[in-house]
Amino acid sequence: MKIVVCAKFVPDATADRRFRPEDHTVDRAGVDGLLSELDENAVEAALAIKEAGSGDGSATEVTVLTAGPEQAADAVRKALQMGADAGVHVVDDAIHGSDAVATSLVLAKALGKLEPDLVVFGMESTDGTMGVVPAMVAERLGLPAVTLGSEVTVDGSTVRIRRDGDASSDTVEGTLPLVLSVTDAANEPRYPSFKGIMAAKKKPVQTWSLSDLGVSADEVGGSVAWSQVTGVTARPPRTAGTIVTDSDGTGAAQLVEFLSTNKFL
Amino acid sequence: MPNILVLADHVGGTVRKTTAELLTIARRLGEPVAVCIGDGVESALPALGRYGAAKVIALTNPELSQYLVAPKAEALQQVAQKVEPAAILISSSPEGKEIAARLAVKLESGLITDAVDVQPGDGGPVTTQSVFAGRYVVQARVTKGTPIITVKPNAATPEAAQTAGAQPEVEEFDVSISDAAKTARITASRPREATGRPELTEAAIVVSGGRGTGGDFGPIEAFADSLGAAVGASRAAVDSGWYPHAYQVGQTGKTVAPQLYVAAGISGAIQHRAGMQTSKTIVAINKDTEAPIFELADFGVVGDLHKILPAVTDAVTNRKG
Ligand SMILES: Cc1cc2nc3c(=O)[nH]c(=O)nc-3n(C[C@H](O)[C@H](O)[C@H](O)COP(=O)(O)OP(=O)(O)OC[C@H]3O[C@@H](n4cnc5c(N)ncnc54)[C@H](O)[C@@H]3O)c2cc1C
Ligand SMILES: Nc1ncnc2c1ncn2[C@@H]1O[C@H](COP(=O)(O)O)[C@@H](O)[C@H]1O
Repeated sequence: MKIVVCAKFVPDATADRRFRPEDHTVDRAGVDGLLSELDENAVEAALAIKEAGSGDGSATEVTVLTAGPEQAADAVRKALQMGADAGVHVVDDAIHGSDAVATSLVLAKALGKLEPDLVVFGMESTDGTMGVVPAMVAERLGLPAVTLGSEVTVDGSTVRIRRDGDASSDTVEGTLPLVLSVTDAANEPRYPSFKGIMAAKKKPVQTWSLSDLGVSADEVGGSVAWSQVTGVTARPPRTAGTIVTDSDGTGAAQLVEFLSTNKFL
Repeated sequence: MPNILVLADHVGGTVRKTTAELLTIARRLGEPVAVCIGDGVESALPALGRYGAAKVIALTNPELSQYLVAPKAEALQQVAQKVEPAAILISSSPEGKEIAARLAVKLESGLITDAVDVQPGDGGPVTTQSVFAGRYVVQARVTKGTPIITVKPNAATPEAAQTAGAQPEVEEFDVSISDAAKTARITASRPREATGRPELTEAAIVVSGGRGTGGDFGPIEAFADSLGAAVGASRAAVDSGWYPHAYQVGQTGKTVAPQLYVAAGISGAIQHRAGMQTSKTIVAINKDTEAPIFELADFGVVGDLHKILPAVTDAVTNRKG
C-alpha cells in the first residue's frame, strides 16, 4: 500500500506569530517554523497503519508531501525522522500567498503524480485553522473522504473511523483509495529516535516546482487568490486583574465577593 | 434584493441558535433563503420565518443523511445554481466547513471560514476573523464567484425580523446525488447523552476544569450547577479521558465567549486561550502563582481548587437559598 501524508510547515504557535505588513500574508520567514503539530498526528496515523501491516501482506510505503517555502524542508525532515520513508517538497515562489483553494490544487496535482492508495491529512493547519484542504483535495481528485477520525482502523481495503460530533459519535467508513483526516485525539505522535534522526539523512526527498506538476503560475499565489485580506489589526492583550491568594483561607470568600459585585450570582 | 443562501442547522426540526444568527446576518446582505436538510421542516418553519427566511428550500432525500458531507455539498451546488445567491452562509461546525470546502471547489468560488462578523461592503460581504489564537483581527472578502462564508457561533445576536409571523414559503427541491458522493458511509451513530446543562457555546457562564482537577470533575460540575453554567475542559483533561471531547475548549475544541469564564486547574496554554480569551470576564483558580492563565484573568485565586470550589459552591447555593 502506498500512503501519502500531507503535512504543512507552520509558524511556531508559541512564538510571536505575525503578518507581513506589505501583503497581509503569514510571515513564514521571520518567525521560527515547524511541522504543524496537528500534522504530526497524521504522520503518526500513517506509521501506525504501516506497522500494523496491510491486509494483502504487501509492504507499505509512507511518503510525506508538503507545499511551502525553502524552510518547509524542515517539516519534511521531521516526518522522515519520525519514520516516513520518503519526502516530496513542492516549492515555487509563485505559490506564495496561495489560499486554501490554490493549495488544494497544488496538493491534488502532486497526489495525481504520486498515485497513493491512502492520503492522510491533519485536522487543520495550526496557522490557517481552516480545516478545509482535505475536503477540497478529495473533491478535486474525486476520492471518498473519511474525515476527522479520532480512532482509525484499516481492515483490508476498508478504512473505518470514529468521528465525534456535537450531537453524536459516528462510525464512518470508506473503501481505498481514499482521503483520511485525523484529529489530535487519534494518537500520541512519537518523538524521533536517535536512530530515526540518523536514518532520515539517507531518505529520498524530491523537490518539485509548479511546472513539474503542470500547474501554471497564474493559477496559484496571492494575486489570484479567491479571497483577499483587506485589513489586519493586532488585538490589545488582556490585562491582568486582581490576584489574591488563599494562603490565609479567604480565597473562596473573596471570589464569592467578586462574583457578587459583578452580578454573577 | 439578492438572495442569500443559509444552510439551516436543525435537529429533527428544532432550529439551532446558530441558524438564527446566520439568518440575522443574511438579512444585512439581502433576502435570506434557508436550505433545510432532512425531516422536520414543518416544525422548523416558525423559527426560520421568525428570523427572516422568506423562503425555505426543503431537501428530504434520505441519502443526504446516510453519507458524510459530500452529498450535502452536491445538493447545495444544485440549489445555488437555481437560486443564484449573492452569498452562501454556513455554520462553522466541522461538517459545515467541509461542506463549504467542497462547494468552493464546485462553484469555483472563494471561501472564508470562521467569521466572527459579516457586514455588507461595496465589493460584497466583508468578514471579520480572529486569528493566531486571538492575537489579530483580520478583515477579508471573497474576490471570486459566490462568496461562501462559514460563521462562528455568537457572531450575531439573533434578532426577529420585522416580517416575523409570516410563514416562509416552502419549496420541495429534488436533488440528484451522484454515486461518487456516496462513498463515505455512516454505519453507526451513538447520540451524545444530554447533560441538562446549557450548550457550551451558548452558555452565559462556563466553568472549565483542567489537569489540576486530578481527574475529579465533581467540584467543577457542582460549581457549574450552582451558577446554571456549562462545563468545559482543557485538552489535557480530555486526553486523560476525564471528560468527553465535545466539552473541550480551545483551538481543537470549542470557542466560547461567555459573560463569565472560570478556569480551574488550567495553566492557560496558547491553544486553550484561543478558545476562551474573548470571554467578557475571566476568573482563574490555580495553585501556581506563575500560571500564565493569571495574565488574562480579571480575578484570580492562587490556591487549591479542591478546597476553594466546594466552599464557593456552598456560599453560592446558600445565597440563592
Ligand atoms: C495543536 C495543538 C492544539 C491544542 N488544542 C488545545 C485545545 O483545544 N484546548 C486545550 O485546552 N489545550 C489544547 N492544546 C494543549 C495545550 O497546549 C496544553 O497542553 C493544555 O491546554 C494543558 O491543559 P491544562 O492546563 O489542563 O494542563 P497543565 O498545563 O498541566 O496545567 C494544569 C494546571 O493546574 C494547576 N493545578 C494543579 N493542581 C491544582 C490544584 N489542586 N488546584 C489548582 N490548580 C492546580 C497547575 O498549577 C497547572 O497550572 C493543544 C496543543 C496543541 C499542540
Ligand atoms: N501547504 C501544505 N502542504 C501540505 N499539506 C497541507 C498544506 N496546507 C494544508 N495541508 C494539509 O491540510 C490539512 C488542513 O489544512 P487547512 O485546511 O489549511 O487547515 C493540514 O492538516 C495538512 O494535512
